[in-house]
Amino acid sequence: MSATGIIETQTLEVSLGPQHPSTHGVFRMDVVLDGERVVKLKPVMGYLHRNHEQLAEKMAWLGSMPYTDRLDYFCSMTNNWAYALAVEKLAGIKVPERAEYIRVIMAELTRLLNHSCAVGFLFSDCGAWFTPILYALRERERILDFFETVSGARMMCNYMRFGGVRVDLNDESLTMARDLVVRWPAFLDEFEKLLLANEVFLARTQRVGILPRELAINASISGPMARASGVEYDIRKVDKYGVYDRFDFRVPVGEKGDTFDRFMIRILEMRESVKILEQALRNIPAGPFIAPEVKLRNFRVPAGDGYGRIEAPKGELGFYLVSEGGAKPYRYHVRPPSFINLTVLEDMCLGHKVADAVIILGSVDIVLGEVDR
Amino acid sequence: MIPTVEQVREMLATKAASLTVEREQLLAVANFLKTEPQLQFDFCSCVTAVDYIKQDCIEVVYHLYSVALKHGPLALKVRAPRALEQCRVPSLTPVWRGCEFQEREAFDLFGVKFDGHPDLRRILMWDEFVDHPMRKDYVPPMDYEWEPTPHGETLARAKAQGGVVPASVLEAKK
Repeated sequence: MSATGIIETQTLEVSLGPQHPSTHGVFRMDVVLDGERVVKLKPVMGYLHRNHEQLAEKMAWLGSMPYTDRLDYFCSMTNNWAYALAVEKLAGIKVPERAEYIRVIMAELTRLLNHSCAVGFLFSDCGAWFTPILYALRERERILDFFETVSGARMMCNYMRFGGVRVDLNDESLTMARDLVVRWPAFLDEFEKLLLANEVFLARTQRVGILPRELAINASISGPMARASGVEYDIRKVDKYGVYDRFDFRVPVGEKGDTFDRFMIRILEMRESVKILEQALRNIPAGPFIAPEVKLRNFRVPAGDGYGRIEAPKGELGFYLVSEGGAKPYRYHVRPPSFINLTVLEDMCLGHKVADAVIILGSVDIVLGEVDR
Repeated sequence: MIPTVEQVREMLATKAASLTVEREQLLAVANFLKTEPQLQFDFCSCVTAVDYIKQDCIEVVYHLYSVALKHGPLALKVRAPRALEQCRVPSLTPVWRGCEFQEREAFDLFGVKFDGHPDLRRILMWDEFVDHPMRKDYVPPMDYEWEPTPHGETLARAKAQGGVVPASVLEAKK
């Protein structure tokens, strides 16, 4: 003990990860702790790096479509769409209306499964080991069954093509999708109760990991994480890509920007997705599901560069493409939302306990396939 | 030269709005785009580099949006020579925090040094890695066993084969 009567302590450096269940993959946090409080935190990534961009630059334009599935392996459909959208923008391809509706249906189902699993994993992070996530996985399974019926694969769907989608939705699969959507609100009610009626859970997430609105914008935070901090910005509303201007839905926005808000936003977004799905499944028109003029073989894109982006479940997923008019992209860059959302991880964790850092990381909702590429 | 508000507005009306600036002016232009009340590019969405090996330059591209005014994107481009010592660009991390990790990635994969970046380290490759793999003239090692610290038998084999690329492969290329 020192002369002032205060116990002198040393800070302790701990490496959380890469093998740690709550890091959602091979991700490491170099944490400096003062007692139990975090005083410094540096994210370390790259364990899953396979130079996805270089692989794509050595392949034909369509060749990297299946590889985009592996970016955010929860949401292969939206990854496909973002890439297809960027190429279509660069090549000036017009997508038929039915294909746009199918894309919306697939993307919103992807959002449902991503958000339900994100919330489910939060409970695991809090210590409710695997029972709550089981409910989320049970519902996710139904969506995966639907994806399998349509595309032939559960997770690595490889479903979109430039100018449309690979296979059409038949009446049987449309009925399957309608059943899914009808059931979903009941599951959400049950799940929301798990969140809101749990005293321990509220105590652990409220006022933890606050992200101020100004920092969220300045640090390029996108998706549910930005909206939880009060940034009213949804690319579906701003860019109105696809046919999103035809649907009636709201953009939920949080107030405090704490961990609780980030999860509540996801629940509210699922409710809006259900609304979009109901409208899309009701109004889906007949017609071609892929633009007939787009060649699958020897596909070329006029020289130039372009940036295309969509509102993926985790945030803004963008592709920056440079073409020289050849059969391959000259430059192919992915703007992964969860990689950039990690920029402020340290800011959110400082001053909190190490157990909170785990929940805060969970609330960023990362997938390492996308962070490391 | 810093563009006027009208010039930027005209650019935004085109299909692929882009603004190429000199390296010396990058910070001033970025600050102008961010603070000008009629433009307010407060959201730097995407940062990346492109290796134009034929023009002997590396281009760093920033895609800017405005959350406040809901317009964009504006591609802010800046070019630097390819040679590693001269491949330097002022960092925009002090202007937009979101550039932090993305500039680190461009440094890691392209070898662009960002002057004024608070924490310029490799981010995806490991620290001992020597090259910048997204450059167009990058030659991948023939055997990944050699990375990152060859020793023992592996080092002997690497030396016998003449460094990264085996001599037989170089012969065949001639």
